Amino acid sequence: MKSEYDVLVVGGGPGGAMAAKAAVEAGLSACIIEKRPAIGTPVRCAEGVGEELLTEFIDPDPRWIAAKIDGARIIAPDGGELNLAPDMAGNEVGYVLDRKIFDRELVWKAAEAGADVFVKARAVDAIVEDGLVRGAIVEYMGSRKEVRAMVTIAADGVESKFARWCGIDTAIPLAELETCAQYLMTDIDIDPGLTVFYLGNEVAPEGYVWVFPKGERRANVGIGISGKKSGNGHRARDYLDTFVRRHFPEGKIIELIVGGVSVCRPLPCTVANGLIMVGDAARLSDPITGGGIYNAMYTGNLAGKVAADCIGKGDVNREALAVYDRTWRESTMGKAIERNYKIKEYFITLDDEKLNMLINSAKKIKMDKFSTLTLVRELIQHNPKMLVELQALKKSLG
Amino acid sequence: MFTMLNIHREVCGYCGACVSVCPEGALELIDAYLSVSDACVNCGICARVCPLGALEVTNEE
Ligand SMILES: Cc1cc2nc3c(=O)[nH]c(=O)nc-3n(C[C@H](O)[C@H](O)[C@H](O)COP(=O)(O)OP(=O)(O)OC[C@H]3O[C@@H](n4cnc5c(N)ncnc54)[C@H](O)[C@@H]3O)c2cc1C
Ligand code: SF4
Ligand code: SF4
Repeated sequence: MKSEYDVLVVGGGPGGAMAAKAAVEAGLSACIIEKRPAIGTPVRCAEGVGEELLTEFIDPDPRWIAAKIDGARIIAPDGGELNLAPDMAGNEVGYVLDRKIFDRELVWKAAEAGADVFVKARAVDAIVEDGLVRGAIVEYMGSRKEVRAMVTIAADGVESKFARWCGIDTAIPLAELETCAQYLMTDIDIDPGLTVFYLGNEVAPEGYVWVFPKGERRANVGIGISGKKSGNGHRARDYLDTFVRRHFPEGKIIELIVGGVSVCRPLPCTVANGLIMVGDAARLSDPITGGGIYNAMYTGNLAGKVAADCIGKGDVNREALAVYDRTWRESTMGKAIERNYKIKEYFITLDDEKLNMLINSAKKIKMDKFSTLTLVRELIQHNPKMLVELQALKKSLG
Repeated sequence: MFTMLNIHREVCGYCGACVSVCPEGALELIDAYLSVSDACVNCGICARVCPLGALEVTNEE
């Protein structure tokens, strides 16, 4: 490990890997430090990603694709089913990945492009001088050393401690942290081409249960619930066990996965002097689905490019790096996060009766091309009883 | 009597969910080992969030 790089990337997930790759491809020196001993494991993900989104950055490879998905099904609290064809389900269909391999592949690509990579190398503090982030103190092989950089990219995932050490409050509000548990199950009866989502305050309060296939008779079966609904005797794992007993009593559990996903708004500002925050560290996962693989890849890639541009111009102050913040907010991804945040805020107010009404009425809606506004407009037509609240939602979406 | 945060490391799945909600930044995951610093104010937020129930604020004599 050198003591100085153009760009230091904290965290070797999809966000960090894309950032380092973009930086070296733009001619910079870059280093990824990852505190775990192995990239990609343990997994903290249901591994679903939209086809169009993924292929924006990488060609699908059977080595890290566990299943190709061509439809989604939403199950209402009363058991009513809403089937979504691919063009309706949009980003909810595509692939279920094998992230142990996928994350490695992304880091490999960064390394092949010329980035340095160190595992079991943990940032323990930020180097901040005169209000400018200048790198990190890194614990590696039993000793601590300074690694300095012109731009440091915080890609340290949901924990997001690095930005905290730079003085930025990244704490997620209790109600907006989805606490999750998932089993990788085998020997279960599923449709291998269909992702299934179960909604309802009994199954998953302010969250959902997902079944994401990973082959003929295997799937990620998991749940996320709001932190404020979690407590002794009713934690994510308790709900998951109840669900599994009911739906897959014969299945075998070959992996336990736990984790947290933020469903809050992104951080109000995702840059500081000498610092860019990407992916989960910037609270960029989708407020409805919790999906964050693509968002991390997109912002990581953008951060690497903006870092290169600003370093080239000799200005890495917050105002210069702010191009990054503006660009992602104005992107399709940024707009989707904002819109989905508002929809989520409305959805968590619904009791099971209203959820049933909405889901069951959505069955009757035919759309050529999926659009959230068209959907809401149609829902208003079909649910006169919920006119006022749905109109308020429509208005908030603009 | 004083309160303190107990970490049941045999239950913990080292996922970092608790780290992300701690208002004091008192928790830190060192790979698979969760540690708590003296910045902890025993608010119990982390204990509520943990998907496995590995955290507990207890009263000690
Ligand atoms: C249960 C669950 C299900 C999910 N399902 C989906 C899904 O189906 N689809 C989807 O798109 N998204 C899903 N997500 C979200 C997705 O996993 C994340 O959004 C994505 O991994 C974010 O990528 P990242 O690069 O920002 O962070 P991460 O992938 O979390 O990578 C961060 C890395 O930084 C390392 N790190 C942390 N601190 C330090 C430090 N101090 N020094 C060095 N390294 C450090 C960590 O060890 C980690 O490897 C899910 C999340 C959970 C918890
Ligand atoms: S939330 Fe629970 S399982 Fe996850 S790291 Fe914290 S104590 Fe461990
Ligand atoms: S009890 Fe409160 S202050 Fe202490 S570690 Fe947990 S969340 Fe942080």
